[in-house]
Amino acid sequence: MTVICRKGLIVLAFAKAVLLTTSCKTDAYTTHRVNAQLMQIDTALSAVDDIEKIIKPYKESLDAQMGSALAYNPIAMSKNDTPLNTRIGNMLAGIAREQGGPIFEKRTGKKIDLVLLNHGGIRSAIPAGPVTTRTAYEVMPFENEMVIAQLKPEQMKELIDYLVQGRRAHPLDGIEITVQENEVNVLLDGKELDYSRNYNVLTNDYLLTGGDNMEFFTRAVNSTSLNYKIRNAMIDYFNKIDTLKFAADRRFTVVE
Amino acid sequence: MERRKFIKHSATASLIAGTALWSPMAIGHNLMGPSTTDPTAKKITILHTNDTHSHIEPITGGRNDGRGGVARRATLINKVRQENANTILLDCGDIFQGTPYFNFYGGELEIKLMSMLGYDAATLGNHDFDNGIEGLYKQLPHASFDFVISNYDFSNTIMEGHTSPYRVIVKDGVRVGLFGLGIELQGLVAPSMYKETKYLDPITVTQDMVAALRDKEQCDIVICMSHLGYSYRGDKISDMALAQKTSGIDLIIGGHTHTFLDQPEMVLNTKGETVLVNQVGCYGINLGRIDFYLKQGNLTASDKVVYEI
Repeated sequence: MTVICRKGLIVLAFAKAVLLTTSCKTDAYTTHRVNAQLMQIDTALSAVDDIEKIIKPYKESLDAQMGSALAYNPIAMSKNDTPLNTRIGNMLAGIAREQGGPIFEKRTGKKIDLVLLNHGGIRSAIPAGPVTTRTAYEVMPFENEMVIAQLKPEQMKELIDYLVQGRRAHPLDGIEITVQENEVNVLLDGKELDYSRNYNVLTNDYLLTGGDNMEFFTRAVNSTSLNYKIRNAMIDYFNKIDTLKFAADRRFTVVE
Repeated sequence: MERRKFIKHSATASLIAGTALWSPMAIGHNLMGPSTTDPTAKKITILHTNDTHSHIEPITGGRNDGRGGVARRATLINKVRQENANTILLDCGDIFQGTPYFNFYGGELEIKLMSMLGYDAATLGNHDFDNGIEGLYKQLPHASFDFVISNYDFSNTIMEGHTSPYRVIVKDGVRVGLFGLGIELQGLVAPSMYKETKYLDPITVTQDMVAALRDKEQCDIVICMSHLGYSYRGDKISDMALAQKTSGIDLIIGGHTHTFLDQPEMVLNTKGETVLVNQVGCYGINLGRIDFYLKQGNLTASDKVVYEI
């Protein structure tokens, strides 16, 4: 039984303390031994039925909502399909721009120049077949939100160097990088890097703080949070289209 | 797991054995807990979780495949309660966020199940603000336990008056005092989520809480439920730093850093007394258990406190 201390009890404790001033408090207890154990919760334990009964309707409703088809994916895609840009990466970058761009434009009047997310943030492949809410949770279990970092051309140069040196298939949109022998050719929306202007780069709140060694984001002039989770952008996008039509392309290639 | 036994002189508060010790003296019957000959002997069991992060069902896949699950946790809690009715069940925050259960139901199921499991109190983690302070407030009707948080000032917010700075739970005549410490929200949670919640310095607040619980409430055991994090490099306040920089706490149970400790750390406080610091990982994979064996009156100079950890 739990007895919660209320004012009456405090008064009682106080009265006792006054009466017993000459001796130690006889109703006080002192610890003389402490034993600690780490108890593991695993398959050796059975489940309590009453608890499972409470969970059941939530689970069923969740499974139904998570499992219903929102869109269709014709060909399985994973982040390791192709070397430097992938269908799934291009999809994520494309969704981020399509869903995040109008919000940013409405709030600031500016357009997004570039999208850069990270390869490591793609946590699952998407099999061919129905695309569900669960798909979005599997690919993007993190709670990351879209942010737009305003980068000076110097940081844009660092960003390009990071991509060229790292040679990983980070989700990208709005840039074309071609590496041929020692020559690096970069086009931003079809044009060379302009050293007289800043660029608005859509990324996520994890990378903005320098995650995945993307230090250049920590030197952003400013940043705008869209308060819009990437996963929710995926779900919203899946809801509005029928078929996922993304392809690997020439946005990042190395000519050997 | 290796089990270690430490013996501490109550008067000098110094550890007489700093390393593993299996002393025949320690196994003497006078140190073996509530003996049949001492009618004042009491045993209080503390069970604790942290960072359960909406993990309702057992984990599937990955290195923790098949572990956790609220319905199984309930079995373990019931078993401990059968062994000792004088059990207190506590959670150290980040109840919310981590599975679609939170995204779809806003934490309702998490709180309902904790109430069914008979949690006595929980403190707040940063993720408990993930649906905003309103999202937390909305789930309060499902809680039959108290949210105990001492260093968040909720004045001018919807949460004002809905949490307690401390609680006293009396079990078998033993007065157990609880207080809660949350992490600084700025930088972790968008201000639009926590609104006008003010973060107060954990060390200052701890000394106030200890004074209230030890002196005013005459508690026999004082427990800090923390979401500060286990330990950090640098000056950032953590459970380990709090244990060293304060006095009057017997046990700090923590969260936030998802630290899997095999056994509690023993830390000396500003008065040279031993504080236990524990944290049990995350996702409901583990349940921490601390048994306090007490007897009436103060320990004499020759008495020793035994820590079996």
